[in-house]
Amino acid sequence: MNKLTQRIDKERLLLGIAAPLLAIVAALVVTALVILATGKNPGSAFSDMVTYGSASDSQVYILNKATTYYLAGVSVAIGFRMNLFNIGVDGQYRIAAFFAAVLGGALTTPGWISIPLIILCAMATGALWAAIAGVLKVTRGVSEVISTIMLNSIATAIIAYLLQPGKLAELQSGGTVISTKPLPSSSYFFQINTGAAGELWGFIVIAVVVGVAYWFVLGRTRFGFDLRTVGQSESAAMASGVSVKKMIATSMVISGAVAGLIGMPTLLNDSHQFSNDFPTGIGFTGIAIALLGRNNPVGIALGALLWGFLERTTNHLEFEGYDKEILGVIQGVIVLCVVIAYELVGRYGLRRQQQRVGAELAAQAATTQKQEVA
Amino acid sequence: MANKDIDITVRTGTVHALCGENGAGKSTLMKILYGMQQPDEGTITVNGETVTFHNPADAIARGIGMVHQHFMLADNLTVLENVVLGAEKLYGIGAKARTKIKEISDAYGLNVRPDVLLEELGVADRQRVEILKVLYRGAKTLILDEPTAVLVPQEVDALFDNLRELKAEGLTVIFISHKLGEVLSVADEITVIRRGTTVGTVEPAGTTPKQLAELMVGSELPTPETQESTVTDVPLLKIDGLHLSQTDLDGVERVILDAISFTIHKGEVLGIAGVEGNGQSELVEAIMGIRDPDAGVITLDGTDISHAPTRNRREAGVGYIPEDRHRHGLLLEAPLWENRILGHVTEKPNSRGQLLDIKAARTDTERIIQAYDVRTPGIDVTAASLSGGNQQKLIVGREMSHAPKLLIAAHPTRGVDVGAQAAIWDHIREARREGLAVLLISADLDELIGLSDTLRVMYRGRLVADADPATITPEELGSAMTGAAAGHLEHTEDSAEDHEDDAR
Repeated sequence: MNKLTQRIDKERLLLGIAAPLLAIVAALVVTALVILATGKNPGSAFSDMVTYGSASDSQVYILNKATTYYLAGVSVAIGFRMNLFNIGVDGQYRIAAFFAAVLGGALTTPGWISIPLIILCAMATGALWAAIAGVLKVTRGVSEVISTIMLNSIATAIIAYLLQPGKLAELQSGGTVISTKPLPSSSYFFQINTGAAGELWGFIVIAVVVGVAYWFVLGRTRFGFDLRTVGQSESAAMASGVSVKKMIATSMVISGAVAGLIGMPTLLNDSHQFSNDFPTGIGFTGIAIALLGRNNPVGIALGALLWGFLERTTNHLEFEGYDKEILGVIQGVIVLCVVIAYELVGRYGLRRQQQRVGAELAAQAATTQKQEVA
Repeated sequence: MANKDIDITVRTGTVHALCGENGAGKSTLMKILYGMQQPDEGTITVNGETVTFHNPADAIARGIGMVHQHFMLADNLTVLENVVLGAEKLYGIGAKARTKIKEISDAYGLNVRPDVLLEELGVADRQRVEILKVLYRGAKTLILDEPTAVLVPQEVDALFDNLRELKAEGLTVIFISHKLGEVLSVADEITVIRRGTTVGTVEPAGTTPKQLAELMVGSELPTPETQESTVTDVPLLKIDGLHLSQTDLDGVERVILDAISFTIHKGEVLGIAGVEGNGQSELVEAIMGIRDPDAGVITLDGTDISHAPTRNRREAGVGYIPEDRHRHGLLLEAPLWENRILGHVTEKPNSRGQLLDIKAARTDTERIIQAYDVRTPGIDVTAASLSGGNQQKLIVGREMSHAPKLLIAAHPTRGVDVGAQAAIWDHIREARREGLAVLLISADLDELIGLSDTLRVMYRGRLVADADPATITPEELGSAMTGAAAGHLEHTEDSAEDHEDDAR
């Protein structure tokens, strides 16, 4: 027990809580000011958000949204831990969802075979798409930021080309929606019926598994240690025996594979087909959420939930006469506040630590000197 | 304590040298003079006026300028832009600044071309730009921190000519170095610092390098002398015809390592002497597998490892104390126990199979901290919060904990205080008795001579000379390092000065 308290170290715990707290308070203040500036009452807006956001149907909605966002956050975070900025998560998940949907529509096998196949297909597609950027970086030194942005556009173009009647898509009976062939109902992922509150997507289980795996692999395995080493110092990693190039390519592939999962909650639990209104831009949301969660598996989960909460409640604010743009403002302010707060607290913590080390040394020196005198 | 009871008087219009071993406190003193650190007690007087410097700007305002050992220049800017950067208020950024630069350059014979891109300049030219930068800001006193460490002999001579020019114009130069020959040739007065204290000021005219060395080292300091030879005849590391070349940005092929061959036996310390930048770093990187040699064979304990990955070499028992511990030896933002894993993640006690063994790694970190006297409040603080000497002790402890067969030690005691230095030497000696082979690279000639069983001199990517550490003196070794001597260096019983003349 004693050892445990020693390890947790009060000051570090305090600093750990200080940063997010500081960020949330700052974000609330700024948002309140923005609402005030539009001539509305921020107090009633916040109370409406809390009441509406905590309703049971909102809770289910938020969890469902957060499942998708969580996967996006983890996918981006894998890159971040490596010092790689995988902006291409967006393209990776869309192209992965598209091909997975095509495969799912074509399969006539029972669900226990089809569902894993669909998921695997999505992961493989995402991984392959990300691998292009990884290989380019390793062999030609192309910045992954540039290549993944371009691959996003290429993914959009490929999907647009293939998502046409006669190619890999068909016109739905209504005549307005073009989509891939819908999945047979045997390929639907399980859902948890919560009664009036709606259906909770079963894919949340997979998201939790991904989170645990992320924590375990990075924190507890040799591979994870190597990966983090490269992220912290490429030169030290190289000297320590990590093959940096191989690591870059590998982590890009893993990030892409997780990105492939992002579209799966929607595909397997909700839409059951890839149509031209399949959600876009979640890859970018993932960047914000990974920043918010500081690449920490629990932090990303909190970030994803917060994002879901904000989306749900600001939608409702619109009916109450507030401007809907407030969502973007709040989200932007939160990310900024979090990044700034962590940086400030981090620097303060490092300074404190250096002071403590210095103080300790001085104390040791004083005692040895006394001994010499005596 | 880095500095105490420092008394130094520098007269206007002179070149004053500050001499001392690595870690003697020269850099700290300079930082205080330049306002980067504040003294706890004592005063600084400039032209009869007592001053306090809170930051470098204060020092510059008083006419004190510093030329750092590591240049602070932007590669993608021209010389003119580099000079005016941060001092735009003085003469603007246009024609007036250019005229001023020309004027300074001509006055002191610096030969600076204002419109050349910095990346096109060599080291010596960059140094002149740094000097010009300081003069441009109105400095009357220049502090040069180890300016010759990166220069080849001819460039050193040119620099000294510049310094004499500056002196002739009435400027004052404070010149920091631990190279005795240089100090004696350029300085008007020499102040020696040992263990943070000034031990004396001498005039070069009446001083021999030997006297100066004695002043620097002092009699009570531990010397890195090894007692009895432990060299066996079992070869452990064999390097044969190693060659490495690199094509630079202009497409010119530059030979970095050429025809390097040597053998280190079990229980042997092979020391490599040389001015920094003559290929030592690259040689180490080739042996570690960080650079792939173009030709040649590296054999470790009978196995050809010429092109093996770094990790395999580490697992085969190569310990590595890197030259730049911040870039190559540590994860500065990670806690100490993670730094203990670094480089040995595949070995016990750090991991079992594919999984990390965090508990064992933490316990072992505690042990290293005890055994190697790393001063830290705990193993969860980041490596960045330790002092340089304690970081080095952690690295040495880590590398020695895996019972290496071969230790590559590049400047193992650089920036380490005297006590820790002795401890690190002891650890190396002890492991050597048990059959460790060591490749030692050091700028500290006493360390090289004291620890090594065999000495080689590296010059421009080649091993040009060898010497017997039992008889050679630092001065003789120093002159070979400048490329002035080759082959087997024989110690002559004459005074060192005569020997230098012979060599030339």
